[in-house]
Amino acid sequence: MTFQYFLQLVISGLVIGSIYSAVALGFVIIYKATRVVNFAQGELLMVGAYVCYAFLVQMHFPFWAALLLTILFGMVLAMFVERLILRPMIGEPAISIIMVTIGLSLVLRSVASAIWGTDILVYEPKLFPQEMISFAGVPVSLEFVWCFVLSVFLLAVFSIFFKYSKAGVAMRATAFNQQAAQSMGISVKHIFALSWVISAVVSGIGGVLIGNINGINNTLYHFGLKVFPATILGGLDSILGAAIGGMIIGILENLSDGFCKTYFDLSGVKEVAPYVILVLILMVKPYGLFGTKEIERV
Amino acid sequence: MQYCGDFRTTYERDMELLQTPFVKVCVTAFFVFLLAWPFLVKSAFLWITLQILIAAIGAVGLNILTGFTGQISLGQGAFLGVGAYTSAYITAKLGLSFWVGVPAAGLVTAMAGMVFGIPSLRLKGLYLAIATLASQFILEWIFLRWESVTGGSYGIVIPRPSLGGYVFESDRSYYYIVLLIAAAMVLFAANLMRTRTGRAFMAVRDHYISAEIMGINLFKYRILSFAISSFYAGVAGALYGHSLRFVSSEQFNIEVSIVYLAMIIIGGLGSILGSIYGAVFMILLPKLLTIVTAKIAVSIPGIAELATAMEQGIFGVIIIVFLIFEPDGLAHRWKMVKAYWKLYPFSY
Repeated sequence: MTFQYFLQLVISGLVIGSIYSAVALGFVIIYKATRVVNFAQGELLMVGAYVCYAFLVQMHFPFWAALLLTILFGMVLAMFVERLILRPMIGEPAISIIMVTIGLSLVLRSVASAIWGTDILVYEPKLFPQEMISFAGVPVSLEFVWCFVLSVFLLAVFSIFFKYSKAGVAMRATAFNQQAAQSMGISVKHIFALSWVISAVVSGIGGVLIGNINGINNTLYHFGLKVFPATILGGLDSILGAAIGGMIIGILENLSDGFCKTYFDLSGVKEVAPYVILVLILMVKPYGLFGTKEIERV
Repeated sequence: MQYCGDFRTTYERDMELLQTPFVKVCVTAFFVFLLAWPFLVKSAFLWITLQILIAAIGAVGLNILTGFTGQISLGQGAFLGVGAYTSAYITAKLGLSFWVGVPAAGLVTAMAGMVFGIPSLRLKGLYLAIATLASQFILEWIFLRWESVTGGSYGIVIPRPSLGGYVFESDRSYYYIVLLIAAAMVLFAANLMRTRTGRAFMAVRDHYISAEIMGINLFKYRILSFAISSFYAGVAGALYGHSLRFVSSEQFNIEVSIVYLAMIIIGGLGSILGSIYGAVFMILLPKLLTIVTAKIAVSIPGIAELATAMEQGIFGVIIIVFLIFEPDGLAHRWKMVKAYWKLYPFSY
């Protein structure tokens, strides 16, 4: 394995990882505010990619308008989902909530494949310029650079939002203690809805980015399942953790894939490596790098 | 003097599986009915019944783990696969008999379940759900890549069982094997829940810290629950493989795990009978959908393709509706209906 190849793996891993980070951010926002483990995160991503395809390719909107409309659609969808499905489940045991999001994922998936079929669709024209640039001797597509920059930008915007904006502070307060937040005049209901909206928007944009690189089809939701390794590594309720965890998982899956291909002639390690990492982390450090340890007292 | 109602004065009476003579008669009659079933219906229905029986074994197993012990598992599909591949390897590649293959499938799957259950010592609730999800993907990957054992993407062709020269080639003869195994395993599960082990499982589910204080070894019982549940999954998977005469990796993907979870949620968590209701419901549902869409497709063309795409979605809607409106499942609803009619019209 040459250094060149190694670097190439790291760079493409970092780019894919940055999208993992964005989607993982969406997952963590929901988990932090509402304690819901959203198994439909990948479907939110897939729906975002498809809706943008519909506006961009099928209805010939310019890219910026298509992206705005996708964001708008994500917001409306998230509000519906939160109000109709998740709100009645408040206070139910973990398994019911997990199951209801799985049910939601089945619905979104089948509606998407009923509308757009199962073929691979591509954005025409491509969203970003395709030229190759050279980075430390490694050729990198400009598309990848754009993708990375946009996801990091997204992460930065939401970090600042949580740190400084009023709504962001209210969301953190709700995550910390719902009753206290409620008694300080924060509407917990609105915060729940808001967290779903933000999550859907972030994953939708992530979907557009990944759809632009890989094409869209109805297995795109698998991408969303990678948020579990990412968030578990970073800590389920840590936004910084989601950002770092996503990138680490992206790099690690690429590297392990490359290593196994070169040295053991074993292909397809990419699909399984994140989950092996996930099990290892759970056994060694279940609350991840930055997660809050749960302490139980009787 | 005959009292009105059903009084139990000893613990033995209270713990009985079949509590009244009427129930005993009903259950016996139902079993006899199941024995006569293959002679009453067409082969397509027999095939569905066969699948229901197999699914019932798997669902009871998952309910022992999730419903009784409170350990969420998203890996039941993969565990079914471990069982199916074990039995397939033993019967097709080693040439041993079905009667070795199925128990071995159960035992190997139980071991696999124990290995993947180890994280449950430290993890619970959603962490465990995520860990078992990971085990699902890891096992699926192994099914596809360990070609010398699993046949890779080609799968394995396996025979139907035989006994002393007689081959259970027809669905009808195979049905009886499955029926007997399913009945024995359901009975075992129902009895297990009346023992110390079963009560320990429920204690772990209800409050694991209290359970530990009362002297229940959490690690032992969680792993035991994983082992028993996986044993059931392994047997169900093996029977499924032999019923199709073919095993391949896409029969055991994450969607199967979800269908099994849906079975126990729709049927009723923590209820043996509920698991069976759930199995019946979830196996019949797609068949019913097919029939209904075939009827409608005559008048509205193009709906058939739409319906196949929407099948999973309808599953999803049903799961959501059940969770919101009937979280205790069909078993609970059945109990309510029974209680209502028992005292009708004075049901207050």
